[in-house]
Amino acid sequence: MLREITLGQYYQAESRLHRLDPRVKLAGTLIFIISLFISQKVACYAVATVFLICMIRLSKVPFGYMIKGMKAIAFIMLLTVAFNLFLTSGEKLVSFWVFTITKEGLKLAIFTAVRLAYLILGSTLMTLTTTPNDLTDGMEKGLGFLRLFRLPVHEIAMMMSIALRFIPILMEETDKIIKAQQARGADFESGGIIKRSKALVPILVPLFVSAFRRANDLAMAMEARCYHGGEGRTKMKPLIYKAWDIRAYIILACYLSLVILTAVISPI
Amino acid sequence: MSIILDHVNYIYSKGTSDEVKALDDVSFEIPDGDFLGLIGHTGSGKSTLVQHLDGLLKASSGSIYFNGEDIYDRDYDMKALRGKVGLVFQYPEHQLFEEDVFKDVCFGPKNLGLSQKDTELAAYRALKDVKLPDELFYVSPFELSGGQKRRVALAGVLAMKPEVLVLDEPTAGLDPEGRNEILGLIKELHDKQGITIVLVSHSMDDVAEYADHIVVMDKGKVFMNGTPKEIFSHASKLETIGLSAPGVTYIMRRLKRAGFDVDTTAITVKEAADSIIRAVNHA
Ligand SMILES: Nc1ncnc2c1ncn2[C@@H]1O[C@H](COP(=O)(O)OP(=O)(O)OP(=O)(O)O)[C@@H](O)[C@H]1O
Ligand SMILES: [Mg+2]
Repeated sequence: MLREITLGQYYQAESRLHRLDPRVKLAGTLIFIISLFISQKVACYAVATVFLICMIRLSKVPFGYMIKGMKAIAFIMLLTVAFNLFLTSGEKLVSFWVFTITKEGLKLAIFTAVRLAYLILGSTLMTLTTTPNDLTDGMEKGLGFLRLFRLPVHEIAMMMSIALRFIPILMEETDKIIKAQQARGADFESGGIIKRSKALVPILVPLFVSAFRRANDLAMAMEARCYHGGEGRTKMKPLIYKAWDIRAYIILACYLSLVILTAVISPI
Repeated sequence: MSIILDHVNYIYSKGTSDEVKALDDVSFEIPDGDFLGLIGHTGSGKSTLVQHLDGLLKASSGSIYFNGEDIYDRDYDMKALRGKVGLVFQYPEHQLFEEDVFKDVCFGPKNLGLSQKDTELAAYRALKDVKLPDELFYVSPFELSGGQKRRVALAGVLAMKPEVLVLDEPTAGLDPEGRNEILGLIKELHDKQGITIVLVSHSMDDVAEYADHIVVMDKGKVFMNGTPKEIFSHASKLETIGLSAPGVTYIMRRLKRAGFDVDTTAITVKEAADSIIRAVNHA
């Protein structure tokens, strides 16, 4: 059941997007996010929508699969929309009981919802098409210049990749522990908040025990293979830009310029 | 009274690119008082199957009947089912969580709604049944050895007084002594308390020794279903799916070919030894 969450997971497929250099995809996601915040004009969102749809089609990840991952955060989205809808002052549209919906509020709520959805879709698309390893490799190389400021870039990237690697493992482990306790008659679904949080103890304790055990084993295995940090470490598959990566950068630049241009000249 | 699986199918991650058909049209019956050995190559769906027996996984299609009642009926009491079918997972020691052994074993019966007194009595009986030394009752479960943890976990399920005990590779990672003890214990529960046993195992020798009935799984399907003698008489068929007959069966065949008059259907060490002694004395 926990495996259903697609947020932050990799989806295996053969596509141009999957083959791109992770640095390009990181930059692309950043540019897409920036483009969403440039302006509130409808035309800009139209451009972003077209771009997003093209990218999703290009990635060969089924759209239904992406949406499934968004269910997990539907609640947060609903909450933000509600806040915007009811708490913005302006020209009155309808009002009932203590709630008033204003024209400004409605507009803001729609924009926020679209922005949030696109933000999540955009970053989900990146994680769906990039393996965690590639992602951290891309970050390590892309942010390598921060080493000049004495930031331990390699170590941070290594920690991130281990953390990412552990997410599915721990989810699987949680699934197993939940089932094992259910087999002993544990009930996680009924009762008040206190009873329910108490019911978590039989899951959390074994989960922590196993997480520590795994971390310990991993540290031991890394040391046994002489891992000593980033100093003088080389890559088996160094990241090198290929023709398509350059083209992708150009497309990204064009996209950003188009959004800015639309923001300047479009009336709405 | 029995468990009947009727055309059970199960698919993991349904509707995504990594769909796995883990159970494919599985039908068989586990009669009351049976000692069933469930064998199959790794990934053949054994663990998936046993999780259906106490309703932890719900079949994508098909039905399961426990004592004549469909467990997927809307008003079927799942919790009661989990009390009647005790499932011991692969590496069950990973589910221990309480501060001491006794409390951990109390978890199951307490969940079933037993009174404090009955819970403690059940836990005490179960710990006695698994022959855990008394001085370990009040130590932290995390301080025990692997074999001891396994016993505590087994006791945790036994304390719920199940009618059917399902064990997923209960001897994985134990030394020969620990293995014999656990299997001996299971045998005792079956013989003395009449508990129905479903034993998932990778060891043909163990299954041959203990089971009355064997189901062989391959790629999510039931490949064979019969008594140990029937199943292991088809050694070459088993070999095609990565399994084999027990080691002694091969020895008996070698001896027969070498001209000794031995019983090639022997599947346990004891049977084989008796037959060889007879043949040698005869000669
Ligand atoms: N949680 C899961 N999600 C997706 N697929 C799974 C999951 N658990 C098992 N599978 C797949 O289902 C199939 C059957 O797995 P199962 O664990 O039932 O096999 P098994 O016979 O118990 O193997 P083993 O002897 O190694 O324990 C395998 O192909 C496995 O990859
Ligand atoms: Mg298994």
